[in-house]
Amino acid sequence: MKIFVCIKHVPDTAAAIKLSGDTTFEDSDCKFVINPYDEYGLEEAVSLVEKNGGEVVLVTVGKAAAEATLRGAMAMGASRAILVKTEGYFIDSSLTCKALKAAIEKDGMPDIIFTGKGSVDTEGFQTQYRLAAALKMPVVNEISKLTVSGDKAVAERETGGGEREVLEISLPAVIGATKGLNEPRYPKFPDIMKAKKKPVTMLSISELGIDESAGKNRLIKLESVPERSGAKMIQGSVQEQVNELIRILKEDERVL
Amino acid sequence: MPRTGVLIEMADEGKIKNTNYGVLTAARGKDSNNEIYALLIDGSVEVDAVKADSTALKNDLAAYGVQKVVVITVSGDLQNCPDLQASAIAAAAKEYEFNSLLGLASASGRDMFARVAATLDEPMASDCILVDVDGRTAVKSHFSGKTFATVQLDCTMMIATVRPNAIDPVKIDTVSSDVELIIFNAPVSDSGKVKRVDVKKGGVAKLELTEAPIIITGGRAIKAAENFRMLEECAEVLGAAVGASRAAVDAGYAPHSMQVGQTGKTVSPKVYIACGISGAVQHFAGMKTSKIIVGINTDKEAPIFSKCDYGIIGDIFEVIPALTKALK
Ligand SMILES: Cc1cc2nc3c(=O)[nH]c(=O)nc-3n(C[C@H](O)[C@H](O)[C@H](O)COP(=O)(O)OP(=O)(O)OC[C@H]3O[C@@H](n4cnc5c(N)ncnc54)[C@H](O)[C@@H]3O)c2cc1C
Ligand SMILES: Nc1ncnc2c1ncn2[C@@H]1O[C@H](COP(=O)(O)O)[C@@H](O)[C@H]1O
Repeated sequence: MKIFVCIKHVPDTAAAIKLSGDTTFEDSDCKFVINPYDEYGLEEAVSLVEKNGGEVVLVTVGKAAAEATLRGAMAMGASRAILVKTEGYFIDSSLTCKALKAAIEKDGMPDIIFTGKGSVDTEGFQTQYRLAAALKMPVVNEISKLTVSGDKAVAERETGGGEREVLEISLPAVIGATKGLNEPRYPKFPDIMKAKKKPVTMLSISELGIDESAGKNRLIKLESVPERSGAKMIQGSVQEQVNELIRILKEDERVL
Repeated sequence: MPRTGVLIEMADEGKIKNTNYGVLTAARGKDSNNEIYALLIDGSVEVDAVKADSTALKNDLAAYGVQKVVVITVSGDLQNCPDLQASAIAAAAKEYEFNSLLGLASASGRDMFARVAATLDEPMASDCILVDVDGRTAVKSHFSGKTFATVQLDCTMMIATVRPNAIDPVKIDTVSSDVELIIFNAPVSDSGKVKRVDVKKGGVAKLELTEAPIIITGGRAIKAAENFRMLEECAEVLGAAVGASRAAVDAGYAPHSMQVGQTGKTVSPKVYIACGISGAVQHFAGMKTSKIIVGINTDKEAPIFSKCDYGIIGDIFEVIPALTKALK
């Protein structure tokens, strides 16, 4: 089996985002990680290859600094990686899709492409669907259970209120992973050392014939979400507190 | 007159979900200058029943500015073939020459709109908290609720999904009395590559977290799965849904489908009541855009009190039963 995993290099969700301009942030002093949902896709890919043989190849579209994230991801069991380098940080999902497609086609078509359900930086929730359409493959997303057999897979996703739908999908396919699919492994020290020597193919988005400034979904403003400035504390006995809370919600805030 | 199509989601009882009305409000545009087409999928409504009598449906939608109701049908299994449904919606969007296409960022909306956007090769803004169909801009979260991004879509058709409850529903002043009903038979067929083969019900029909107007959430302090009953009783009188923190989920007190936060659900209710929750950034990532956040915690130093609107220092096992009783 040949499996691609699309990995996005994103700021750790615990890290503060310091804005440095209208549409930019200080990405040089911010801790970056593998997009958490992509990690579930990676774990699934590695365990499928452990069972069935084959190889896991990672692909990332991002700035040069993403190489560190790819090395970390390779320590989980991928054999090599492709980095499509960009100049800017925010790349429109249609262009990202074109770059992923070009890199994958250049390398040779896989049986499965895993992605995450969405990226935690731009929260686009769409790159996997565009990639599938471009490669004429079917796609399922937010998958928390997967069984692969032959040229088919059965996947489960939650649809709300605890309800789950079961989907049958023919391979090759694009599969977007989410929490619940598996428990991503912690790489051991020897695997981390080995990953330092694994090959990373460097491409640039321009050599793939893509103009990274031609996105149709353009970020025009990025602003910090104002934090609430501390709660108004409700005083008194338990009874007084709940009565006051109900009064506030009904009369002051008009939300009940 | 620009035209906006809005995909309407139905609740199980054949009623229109309330969360659609905020989307319809955004769909009208700044000066209510957009003509609104409500799109309904065959199977989510009974076509024959609608043909026989669509008065109630039309009236409900007309109150929020809908001028045309389009029921989309195909010869094929619309409910179980997501790509067929996406092609049918895309076909309707082309047939009626929509300038914009909006819907809810619910579990099904997120999936369907991404398919439609990929099919039409148009840019899409997902899970928006503001949408300007005239200016082709939208505001949405970036970096798990830490920043808001304004995005500009250079497009023929603006596609966007709206976070449930993020936009307040507003009725229009003069309601049209001649809403037209159209049955659109989309000339599309399915690739046969993805098919829904089963739906596993989640036990009792519970109010879906992401769509609830009020949410009450239990943290580690809840101490046992059976104590969630206390929150459910309060939720019943409030018309609320019950959520959980990751600590409560990891301890086995609640299923993951109830988790709110960065690795759980993103919610935006009118009122969010956090019970015995410390207020970690990853929890806030999922509920920060709630209108009013209330924290109940025994520890007056708990971080939640520096980030919420109203605080009660107290034991949830005393405060919640008292709240339930007072509400009754
Ligand atoms: C990558 C990552 C992703 C994460 N994703 C999520 C996520 O999606 N959702 C999420 O919630 N967390 C998430 N977390 C975990 C998060 O960091 C916190 O650990 C978690 O939110 C804590 O849950 P809690 O507030 O219930 O528990 P605690 O932090 O233990 O807080 C319990 C609180 O209850 C109070 N208390 C105790 N007894 C009572 C009582 N009787 N009455 C009233 N108050 C009482 C205590 O004073 C305390 O403040 C994530 C963490 C990481 C690293
Ligand atoms: N720049 C990128 N490089 C590699 N994979 C990406 C990139 N952007 C998005 N993806 C993949 O597509 C998924 C959805 O991303 P998004 O549409 O940005 O929410 C992510 O979980 C990744 O698996």
